[in-house]
Amino acid sequence: MAGFVRLIGVTKRFGDVTAVNNLNYEIGKGECFSMLGPSGCGKTTTLRMVAGFEDLTEGEVWVGDQLFSSPAKNHYTPPEKRNFGMVFQAFAVWPHLSVYENVAFPLRIRKLSESEIDQRTMDALKATNLVAAKDQSPDYLSGGGKQRVALARALAINPDVMLLDEPLSSLDPHLREEMRFEIKDLQMKYGFSIIYVTHDQSEAMALSDRILVMKLGVVQQIDTPLNIYNNPANKFVFSFIGLSNFLAVNQDGSSAQLPGGVALPAGVTVPDRLAGESVVSWASRPSEIDFLPADDPTGLHGVVNRKAFLGEIIDYQIQVGEQTLRVQKGRRDPGPEPGENCALRFLRPFWYKEDE
Amino acid sequence: MNTKSSFGVAQIILFLSIAILVVVVAFPVLLILFNAFWVEDHFNFSGAIEILKEPETFKALINSLIIAGMSTIGSTIVGTFFAWLVTRTDMPHKRFMKSMFLVPFMLPSFIGAMAWKMLLSPNAGFINRFFMDNLGFDGPIFNLYSYYGISAVEVMYLFPFVFIQVCGALERMDPTLEESARISGAGLFTITRKITIPLVLPSILSGALLIMLYSMAHFGTVAVLGIENGIYNIPVLIYERIHQSGGSFESIRTGTVLATVLVISAACIIWAQRKILGSGHYQIIGGKSFRPMELKLRGLKYPLMFFCFAYIAFTIVLPTVVIFLVGGLSTYGLSFTPENLSLDNFKFILFEYDVTRDAIFNSVTLGLTAAIITMFAGVMISYVIVKMDVKGKGILEFLGMLPFSVPGSVIALGVILAWSGQFGINLYNTVWIILVAYIARYMAFSLKANSAALEQVHDSLVEASRACGATMWQSLKDIVLPLVKPGMFAAFFLIFLPSLRELTVSIMLYAPTTRTIGVAIYTLNEDGETVISCALAAIALIIIIVGQTVINHFTKKESE
Amino acid sequence: MDIIRVENVSKGYPGHPVLQNLSLTLKKGECFTLLGPSGCGKTVLLRLLAGFESADAGKIYIGDTLVNDPEARIAVPPENRGLGVVFQDYAVWPHMTVFENVAYPLKIADRPKDEIKERVMRMIDIVGMNGLDKRLPSELSGGQQQRVALARALVADPALLLLDEPLSNLDANLREEMRFEIKELQKKLGVTVLYVTHDQEIGLAISDRVAIMNAEGAIQQIGTPWEIFEQPVNPFVFNFMGIANFIDVRREENSFLVGKGSQAIPWESPAGDATEWVAAFRPSDVRIARSGDGLHGVIRRANFLGAMMDYLIEIDGAHLRTSIETHHAIAQDLMFKAGDECSLSFLSLHWFEKESLKGVLEE
Repeated sequence: MAGFVRLIGVTKRFGDVTAVNNLNYEIGKGECFSMLGPSGCGKTTTLRMVAGFEDLTEGEVWVGDQLFSSPAKNHYTPPEKRNFGMVFQAFAVWPHLSVYENVAFPLRIRKLSESEIDQRTMDALKATNLVAAKDQSPDYLSGGGKQRVALARALAINPDVMLLDEPLSSLDPHLREEMRFEIKDLQMKYGFSIIYVTHDQSEAMALSDRILVMKLGVVQQIDTPLNIYNNPANKFVFSFIGLSNFLAVNQDGSSAQLPGGVALPAGVTVPDRLAGESVVSWASRPSEIDFLPADDPTGLHGVVNRKAFLGEIIDYQIQVGEQTLRVQKGRRDPGPEPGENCALRFLRPFWYKEDE
Repeated sequence: MNTKSSFGVAQIILFLSIAILVVVVAFPVLLILFNAFWVEDHFNFSGAIEILKEPETFKALINSLIIAGMSTIGSTIVGTFFAWLVTRTDMPHKRFMKSMFLVPFMLPSFIGAMAWKMLLSPNAGFINRFFMDNLGFDGPIFNLYSYYGISAVEVMYLFPFVFIQVCGALERMDPTLEESARISGAGLFTITRKITIPLVLPSILSGALLIMLYSMAHFGTVAVLGIENGIYNIPVLIYERIHQSGGSFESIRTGTVLATVLVISAACIIWAQRKILGSGHYQIIGGKSFRPMELKLRGLKYPLMFFCFAYIAFTIVLPTVVIFLVGGLSTYGLSFTPENLSLDNFKFILFEYDVTRDAIFNSVTLGLTAAIITMFAGVMISYVIVKMDVKGKGILEFLGMLPFSVPGSVIALGVILAWSGQFGINLYNTVWIILVAYIARYMAFSLKANSAALEQVHDSLVEASRACGATMWQSLKDIVLPLVKPGMFAAFFLIFLPSLRELTVSIMLYAPTTRTIGVAIYTLNEDGETVISCALAAIALIIIIVGQTVINHFTKKESE
Repeated sequence: MDIIRVENVSKGYPGHPVLQNLSLTLKKGECFTLLGPSGCGKTVLLRLLAGFESADAGKIYIGDTLVNDPEARIAVPPENRGLGVVFQDYAVWPHMTVFENVAYPLKIADRPKDEIKERVMRMIDIVGMNGLDKRLPSELSGGQQQRVALARALVADPALLLLDEPLSNLDANLREEMRFEIKELQKKLGVTVLYVTHDQEIGLAISDRVAIMNAEGAIQQIGTPWEIFEQPVNPFVFNFMGIANFIDVRREENSFLVGKGSQAIPWESPAGDATEWVAAFRPSDVRIARSGDGLHGVIRRANFLGAMMDYLIEIDGAHLRTSIETHHAIAQDLMFKAGDECSLSFLSLHWFEKESLKGVLEE
C-alpha cells in the first residue's frame, strides 16, 4: 500500500537559490496527500517536478516500479508519458474546443476507438455533472464549471495519480467548499492518489489523509491533519495552521518572566527541553483562551485594549506588559470591557524556540 | 459627469472634436464618394462600374488584389514562423533576433524597393550580374519586376505586423494551457498544431488583415518595381492619372472611383478584423506565470539560427548597405572601391543642391507641425471618446474610426477635391495641403496612443481631485495632462518619424517647391539620379534610426 | 444634529432603476456603515453624496445646505461640497509624491505654504507614514497607498468622510489592521464617516450604526451592530450578517414539527397563524451532544478544518450546518463521524414565515 509515489532526496536549485531541499516522502495508493505552505515555499515547484515540467537538480521520482526522473541516472520521462491527471489553478481549459472535446482530448491522443472515447468522455462528464454543457465552449462556463471541465479531462484517462495545483483558489469561497467535496467524492469513486498543493490550511485539513508543511523549500512536518493540529512541530507550523498568538518569555537561569516585568502565572512553566534558551515563545490560539475573574492568581494578567463585536465572535486585544494578545470568544460569553483588567487562562499552550 | 458646471464645457469640446474630424477626414472622403457617383446632377452608379470595366482600371484592381493577397499570405507565414521561433524554441540569440525582426517597421519600403532594384533588376542588378558574369548563367536568376518580386519585397517590410501580434499572444498566453495538453499525453508537435496555433489564430488573422489593408494601398514598392513591366496597382494608377492629366475631370473621376474601391475594401477589412478580435478573442491570459514551454530544437537549433541570421543579413543589412554604398559613388555603375567612394554626394545634397535641401526642410517642418497639431487634437478627441459621457458621443466614436480605415492615396485625393478652391480655399500647390493631408493620415496613430494612455487614467483619479476641491479644469491640468504626457509623447514620435519618409500622400500633392524627402528620393531616382537619391535615402535612414533609438531609450525609461 | 439628510432620493440608469425613494440621515460624529451585496446601489448613493452623480428625484442636504435637488436644478459640484472621499482603488495620483498628494486639497484652497507644510506633515504622521513623504505611490504597498488616500481625504478637515470599500483590495491581515486604524482616526479627529462595504464583519466591527440594503437598493434595517445581528427584522438581514441556518418547521395542531418528521420543537414557538415556518439560527446558537434532551439528528458529514470541526446534520429531512472548536470537541468527546447520531438544542431561534424567505436564498 505505502510507497506508490516516491520522492527520494528531491532537490531543485535555480542558480544559487535552493527552491526545494532534499525532499523525501512516499504516498500510498489512493491516499490524498497535501503540500501546504506560503507562496514561494517550493510546493508548486515540487509538484511540477513530479509532473515532469521541471527538471530535478538532485534526487529521484518514482511511481510504482517506474523511475520517472533521476538526473544522476540521466533518466527523464517527459510529462506526456507519465499518465498523470493534472488540474491547474487557472483552469487551463481550451476555449477553442467544446467541453466534450476538451475531455476527449487525452483519449484522442491515445488513439482509442471512437466508441471507447465516447463512452469514457461521457462517463467523466457524468461524474462531474457536465453532460448538459458538453457542446458549449468552456468560455461560457463559470469558474466552477471550467474547473469541472479540467477535472473531467484529468479523469478521462483514469489516472492512478492526480496532481492538483491550487485548483480552488481562483473560485469564490462558497464554490470552493462545494468543489472540495466534489473532489473528495471523485476520489472515493475512482480511487486515484492525490497530490494536492495549496496555501489554504483548512482546505488541506479537510481533504487530506496526510499533510506536508513546507517553508523555504524545507519540510517542517509531515503528519495527519489531526496530529498536526494537536502537535505542531514548530513555531512556523503553529502559525500557519490558524490564528495565533506568540508571547516572548525571557529566561534567566531558573526564573522566567514576560517583558515588562510580568510574571508567569502560577502553574505555568517553560518545558525542560527549552531550558537553555534565553528567550522562548509561548504560543496560543485566540479561541483557546478563557477569561478568569480579574483577580484570579492562576491567570495571566492584562488590560483590555480593544473589544470588537464581529457577530458570531467578539474579538479582544489584550495588553500584557509590553506585548499584545488576541482573544476571541463566542458572542454569548460575557467578557471584560475596554480599559478593564483581566486574567487569562490558556487551554492549550505550546512552547517553542523563539527563532524557529 | 453631467453636473451643471461642466455641461457647457463638455459640449464645446465635443463640438470641436467632431468639427476637426469632419473637416479633416469625413468631408474629403465624402467628396470622393460624391464625385464617384454623382455626375451632372445625377446619381450614376453604372458609370462607376463602366470605369472599373476599362482595361486599365480593371487591371489595376486585379493587380492590387494579387499583390495584396500574395504579400499577405507570405507575410503571415514568415511572421508566424519567426514569432514561434523566438518565443517557443530554445534557439540561441532569441532576444537579439526579436529586436532585429522589428527593424523593418521603421524602414521605408520604397527605399528598400530601390535597393532591391539595384541588387536584382533583371539585367543590371548586382546579384544577377554576378551570377551571369562569373558563374556563367544565361539570364537573370530572379526577375524582380514581377508579381513575385514585388510581393517578396512587400513581405520583407510588412511581416512585422503579424510577427509582433503573434509574439504578444504567445508571450501572454497562459502556459498551463499547453502544459495541460502535455499532461494529457500530447507531444510538442501535436500541442503546437492542436492547441497553440488555434489559440493564437485570432492574433494571426488580425495581423494578416492589417497587412492586407496596407498592401492594397501601398504606392512605393509597386511604383518603383512595377514600372518596367507595366505592373501597377490602384494607388499607382490614381497617381498617374492625377499627375499626367493635370487634374482633368475625367482623370479625377477615375481616381475617385478607384479610391472608392479602396475605401470599401478597407472598410470590409476593418470590419472583419473587429469581428475576429471581438468574437473569437479567447481569454488565454493566465494568472500564475511560469516560463512558457520551450521546444528543444536539438539538431535543428544551429541550422535555424543560421537561417535567421542569413534572413536578417539578406533582407535588412544588405539593402541598407547598398543604399549607403551607392550613395557614396560619384557615378552609378562604378565598382565599390575606396577611390570611387566619398562623402561628396552627402555634402552636395545637404548644403548645395536646393531640391534636396528644400525637401529636408519641408519634411522636417511638415512633420513637426503635423505631429504637434495631431498630438493635441488627438488628446482632446480621445478624451471625449474615452472619458466623457455626453450626448452625441456616438457620432464621434464613428468618426474616430474613420482615420484608421482611409488609405493614404484616398486621403490625398480627397484633400485635393476639398482644398483646391471649389469651397473657397485653394491650398493646391502649397505645403499647407500636404499638412492637412498629413494630419488626416496620422490622426489614427494619435488617437490610438492617446486613448491607450487615457484608459490608464482611472476615473477615480479625477473624482478624487474633484473631492479635494479642484474644478474640472484644475483636475484636467493637474491630474489628467501630466498622466497622459507619455501617451502624447509617443503620439508625437509615432507621427513625426513616419512623416519624414512619407511617400504615398506627398507624391500626389507636391509642387516643384514643396517636395518632401520621400518625394525627392522617388523623383530623383525616376530621373536617373540614382546616386543622389541613394545618398538622400541614406540620410533619411540615419535620421529615422537615430530618432527611433531615442524613443526606445525614452520609453524604456518611462516603463521602468 | 444631522449632518446628512437624504430625502426620497431616486436614481436609475436607462432600463435599470437603482435607488427608489430612499431616505437616510447621518448624525454628526458617527461612524455609519452602508452594508449590502454588490450591485445593490450603495456605491451609487455614495456617489450621489459626493456629487459625482446627480439624483433623478429627491433632495440631499449636507449640513444645512441643499446640495442636490433635481427639481430646483440644484447640483453642487463635488469640489464645493467640502468632503473627503477614499476609493476602493486608492486613486492616489501616481505622478505626485506622498507629500504632493496630501497637500493638493490645501494647495487648491490657496493656503499659505507654511500652513500647508505643517498640516500635511502632521497628517502624514497621523496615518503612520512618517519619513515616506518623498516617495512616489509606485514605491508604496497597497496598504500604504490607502493611508495616503486617507491622509489626503482628511487633511482639509472635512466634516464628512466617505469611504467606498477602501479595504477590499488589501489582503486579509492588512484589512483587519486597517479597519481598526480607520476607527481610531475617526475617534481622534471626530469626523463623521460614511463607510460603504459588502463585508459584514467590517460593518459590525467599526460602526456606530449600520444600514442594510438589499439587492434592489432598498434599506431593510438601520440600527447598532448588535441590534442588526441579534434582532434582524427579516430573513434577508439575518442571512446577510453571517452563516445562517434555516430549517423548515410545519405547524400541526399546536405543535411545530421539524422537516418531514414528527419531532416537535420543545422551546419557544412563533407568534402568527401561518402553518409553514422556518426556524433560523447561527452555528453558535446550536448545542450539540451525544445524547440527551433535544432534537434527534444524524451527522451527515464531518469535516475537520483545523481549529474547527464542521458538521452537516440532518433532522428528519431538514439540514443544518454547525461547527465547534476542535479542542472543545476533543475534550467533550464530540468528534463525530458521518452516520453518528446526536442530540441538538438551540440557545435562540428566529422565526420567519416560510413565505418571507422567497428570493433570500438563491442557492
